[in-house]
Amino acid sequence: MRWPLLLVLLFLLAFPPIASAMGLEFYQGLLTKIMILALAASSLNLILGYGGMVSFGHAAYFGLGAYTAAILMREGVSSGWVIWAVAVGLSALLALLIGAICLRTRGVYFIMITLAFAQMIYYLVVSFKQYGGEDGLRARRPEFGLFELTDTALYYLSLAVLAGALYLLHRLINARFGRVLQAIRENESRALALGYPVYRFQLLAFVLAGALAGLAGVLMAHYTQYASPNLLAWQQSGHLMMMVILGGVGQFWGGVLGAAALSIVEEVLQDLTIHWQLGVGLILLAVVLFAPRGLAGLWRREP
Amino acid sequence: MTLLETHQLSKRFGGLLAVNGCNLAVKTGEIHALIGPNGAGKTTLLNLITGVLAPNKGQVRFEGQDITHLPAHARVHRGLARTFQITNLFRNYTVRVNLELAVQARRGSSFRFWQPVFKEKALTEEAFRVAERVGLGGRFEVVAGQLSHGEQRALEVALALASRPKLLLLDEPMAGMGPEESARMVELIESLRQEFTILLVEHDMDAVFRLAQRISVLVYGQVIATGTPEEIRANPEVHKAYLGDEGGVA
Repeated sequence: MRWPLLLVLLFLLAFPPIASAMGLEFYQGLLTKIMILALAASSLNLILGYGGMVSFGHAAYFGLGAYTAAILMREGVSSGWVIWAVAVGLSALLALLIGAICLRTRGVYFIMITLAFAQMIYYLVVSFKQYGGEDGLRARRPEFGLFELTDTALYYLSLAVLAGALYLLHRLINARFGRVLQAIRENESRALALGYPVYRFQLLAFVLAGALAGLAGVLMAHYTQYASPNLLAWQQSGHLMMMVILGGVGQFWGGVLGAAALSIVEEVLQDLTIHWQLGVGLILLAVVLFAPRGLAGLWRREP
Repeated sequence: MTLLETHQLSKRFGGLLAVNGCNLAVKTGEIHALIGPNGAGKTTLLNLITGVLAPNKGQVRFEGQDITHLPAHARVHRGLARTFQITNLFRNYTVRVNLELAVQARRGSSFRFWQPVFKEKALTEEAFRVAERVGLGGRFEVVAGQLSHGEQRALEVALALASRPKLLLLDEPMAGMGPEESARMVELIESLRQEFTILLVEHDMDAVFRLAQRISVLVYGQVIATGTPEEIRANPEVHKAYLGDEGGVA
């Protein structure tokens, strides 16, 4: 497990200079996008996979992060650090409010109510005509002081943030908190009978996932230099969910592998046919049927 | 001294009064059995005591304090632990992890985000002691779902023991057991007598009359009699309401 990881990391670190030497800048962009989506999908995997909370509204935090960046830039805030802090804080706050209500429900009601909240956020944001309405909002890249946010800088920034977030998630999942979170997923009434305040554990995980998704949203706004309403739409929530399912629900690398696989498959199929979504659907179907633990479960048999 | 007391406790499900003005008192140090025909409201009463359900009326007092509105998880920390009538374990986890989770719930905060839990030797050691106590020391690394029924019931008790309760609520611990497994469970409960106060809900009358110092009889959500096994056996009302058909119980 260590060696492949180190190799991938070395490859990612070495890629930009190689790419620019060989004229493969396009792939550097694709990798940036994959790393950002991997962060968002991994945050969803924390609550969906490890917490058993099937949130169908994760786009709300992702999109809010992107819009926060775009709106702050428009309003004259140009410091990247300030933008990040505000975006992450707002996403966490939104997750706290939505989670506090939704976590009083279970099962299909939870799915529907998270979706409903996300759609409310979508229509709310779209209704602000001064912030682009349905057209979205341009978001120039902010200043970070220490460095200029070129395409390559953004690539490395995304890599650093993803690596940091994954490290944090790894510690979290294997610490006391993570073990309890998974125990609640396994058997909620038993966890409660042991004396665990189930609601607090779930809510905290929900907020953390929202904050990380918000951070991914900011990076996405930097990447596309644009905040699109699509980032807030339910299709985006579904897209992130598909990544987690494809990569492996509750598997540590599930979010990363799913984001990479889905992005690459879409890229390839889009070149081949306009009916690319059919292909994506078939591949997802095959994974669900033949690899119920997702791509991550293929080489790791243990749960 | 009275450890647990319910006062005029009532729970209504729609048109059904499952628990109806129930007064029950459990004294410190005793094994108190709660018996009653199917549908008498025994499990509902247990759920009210542990806080899984909220009553429509009445009070639950524990160590003299009103805990009627305390959430379920907080009651565990006060010293109320339960087992379930239908085995309720982390089936995909080993005996070890099941018990470590139970020990962890009691020892220190679980809002810890950084230190790997597998390095906490103290959790494992205490979990192992509890496992040995119920006879599962040799099955420590076995996945709970693969244990025999009797072993699963023992683990169920062990999970409650790990929280070091002042009052242990056992909801039909012999449910679904053969005679041999039942005998082992009786032995286990007997061995807990010195340390714990126990409220035992059970259908197995042999076990009840062997273990309990006092028995309360619940019928239609009300305690119609409380007394020693001899008193309960001699009580004509109990015979009429519950023991009647079985004639000479025990």
